[in-house]
Amino acid sequence: MDNSTRQIISVLVNNQPGVLSRIAGLFSRRGYNIDGLTVCATEDERWSRMTITVNAAPGTVKQIVAQLEKQEDVVKVMDFDVKNVAARELLLIKVAVGGAKRSEIVDLCALFGAKAIDVTTDSMMLELTGSTDKVDNFVKTLSSYDILEMARTGGAALARGAGSLAKSIEN
Amino acid sequence: MYARYACATGMLISGAKILVNCLEEQGIRNIFGYPGASILSVYDALADSSIRHVLTAHEQGACFAAEGYARRSGRAGVVLATSGPGATNLVTGLADAYMDSIPLVAITGNVPLAQLGHDSFQEVDIFDVSMPVTKYGIIVKSASEIAPAVRRAFALAESGRKGPVLVDIPSDILDCSAEYEPTSPARALPVAACEEQIEHAAEMIDRAERPLIYAGGGAAWSGAENRLMELARKIKAPVVTSYMGIGCCPPDYERALGVLSDINIKATEAISECDLFITVGARFNSRYGAFNGLRKRRIPLLQLDSDKAEIDKNLTAAAAVVGDAALSLDALLPLVGEKGDAEWAYDSMPDAKEENRGTRIIRALTHAMGRNITVTTDVGLHQEWAAHNAEIYSPRRFLTSGGLGAMGFGMGAAIGAHFASGDTCLVVTGDGSFNMNFNELTTAVKHHVPLVVAVLNNNSLGMIRKLQTARGTRNMSASSLYLGVDYAALAEAMGARGVTVAEEEDVTEAVERALDGSLPVVIDFKLPINTGI
Repeated sequence: MDNSTRQIISVLVNNQPGVLSRIAGLFSRRGYNIDGLTVCATEDERWSRMTITVNAAPGTVKQIVAQLEKQEDVVKVMDFDVKNVAARELLLIKVAVGGAKRSEIVDLCALFGAKAIDVTTDSMMLELTGSTDKVDNFVKTLSSYDILEMARTGGAALARGAGSLAKSIEN
Repeated sequence: MYARYACATGMLISGAKILVNCLEEQGIRNIFGYPGASILSVYDALADSSIRHVLTAHEQGACFAAEGYARRSGRAGVVLATSGPGATNLVTGLADAYMDSIPLVAITGNVPLAQLGHDSFQEVDIFDVSMPVTKYGIIVKSASEIAPAVRRAFALAESGRKGPVLVDIPSDILDCSAEYEPTSPARALPVAACEEQIEHAAEMIDRAERPLIYAGGGAAWSGAENRLMELARKIKAPVVTSYMGIGCCPPDYERALGVLSDINIKATEAISECDLFITVGARFNSRYGAFNGLRKRRIPLLQLDSDKAEIDKNLTAAAAVVGDAALSLDALLPLVGEKGDAEWAYDSMPDAKEENRGTRIIRALTHAMGRNITVTTDVGLHQEWAAHNAEIYSPRRFLTSGGLGAMGFGMGAAIGAHFASGDTCLVVTGDGSFNMNFNELTTAVKHHVPLVVAVLNNNSLGMIRKLQTARGTRNMSASSLYLGVDYAALAEAMGARGVTVAEEEDVTEAVERALDGSLPVVIDFKLPINTGI
């Protein structure tokens, strides 16, 4: 497990009932850990896109891809080379701050490019979009304050350049 | 609502009738199953069809029978069950088919569409329950989806690495009507490996001095046994098989090493000596020490498999050929050079095969019954004894639960195998396994299935007792049976013939006496409790 790296796997699947549980079940059955999972509609209504973040050794990632590729409902699998991919997560975080401390938070938001989207006399809700590392750092920085609660999405990722998963099927 | 629409348009047939027509399209002659309220419409439609439905004693027996049918015939077996308990009783059979890559189409009725999800009477979400043990599953939600679903289920079950597929149909959908257009089923063509992989494999084989072949179910299912032996003879390779590969290498081949297991010491030694381990349609399990030896000695591994996900899964391959075994071997054979005889140390090893009353009984039975039988087994010590002692000369004639190790497999599987082939079948079982599914003896009697059921009765769960002995367990009550059942009388009570063979009787004479009479017969062979332990 020492040579584990974070890897993003993008999977185009048939948009029909049962597919999510079949794919999620494959991961739990075979003991692959999912760090993040996002499922969304695509530009083509026949398909959904699952963006799965795993922390695994290269051999395991290869096995995950092979297991995914043989699923009947999987149309295309791509394990992204992290350098050539744009990957983003969304964070909503609520901090108990009021009065003079609020300006410190506003400064931090400016540094990270986060936005305040709800403010009360003694709390603030912030929104940040960014890479996993950036979101991790932001949460870490805020941890010296009183964090009330947070919600964080899995990753969304696309390969850079003009290509697409759908195009790679046609080829 | 659907039914009313159907009546208005005319020219349509019911979902149940469409389902049965689709089975006929596939050339299915026999199916196995058990009725219930949610699947009754299919039974009505079957009454007017050319398909024979074999009613078993239990859905598990039906599922094993469908498996036996598939394993013997090479085509998908079909099992039919109702919703709820009918469907859940299939699960062990589905798991067995999944582990051994057996093509199976399981059709379950479910509660009416509007009642799904309401915890209705006899409702189970079998689609979800079966997901980890099926290649694919389909819930049909309208009558017009039945034909495409059934056709797809057969295509999936029988293509690539084979496996079970579930089709779940709410009962009211079976009564709705839709248009039906007959088609002849499109058979999936086997996929050939790419040339580069073949060339690389040939180079590896040419470089090796002592290659060894490990043949599995993939070789048997693609009908590659003759090509496999041609390759073995050309490169003078010893051949070991997995349980699924039994029959691929005839026992009279001079370098036949039998079935791999830890008690096959010669094969284990040969594997440690080889300098290239070639698998043909066989996977690596956690069961045998020989595989750890491969890893430790860094013996290069050449994998031929139709499933890309098997490559590097449990052991890392030096090279792989991904495609149908028969096509791969066809392409490989002309590229591989002939080899001379290599020296193997295993050659000079004494034949240390395990020998006991059980193994002698199995040899005597297969010898007396000839080569044209199908042997099925249950799971326990007798399974190993049968695998090592039944002389099997072609694939599809030794049917056993390899991956799952399901006790109770043998009775149903033998009934299915008989319907696929007309064969007389030998069921090798033990008192533990027979107790699980002897109910299917009633099915064999009703349908005049010629079974010879050899119960190797040692009053215990022998394999468990063996494990407990190795662990130093003192209290063995969990594996002690001592049920005092008179299996011969039980067989007679169910309408079969029954014979008891005492511990001290001569094996050959006892077998001769027991086989002389009508079938099905149950032979209760009394064995000392510590036989083979």
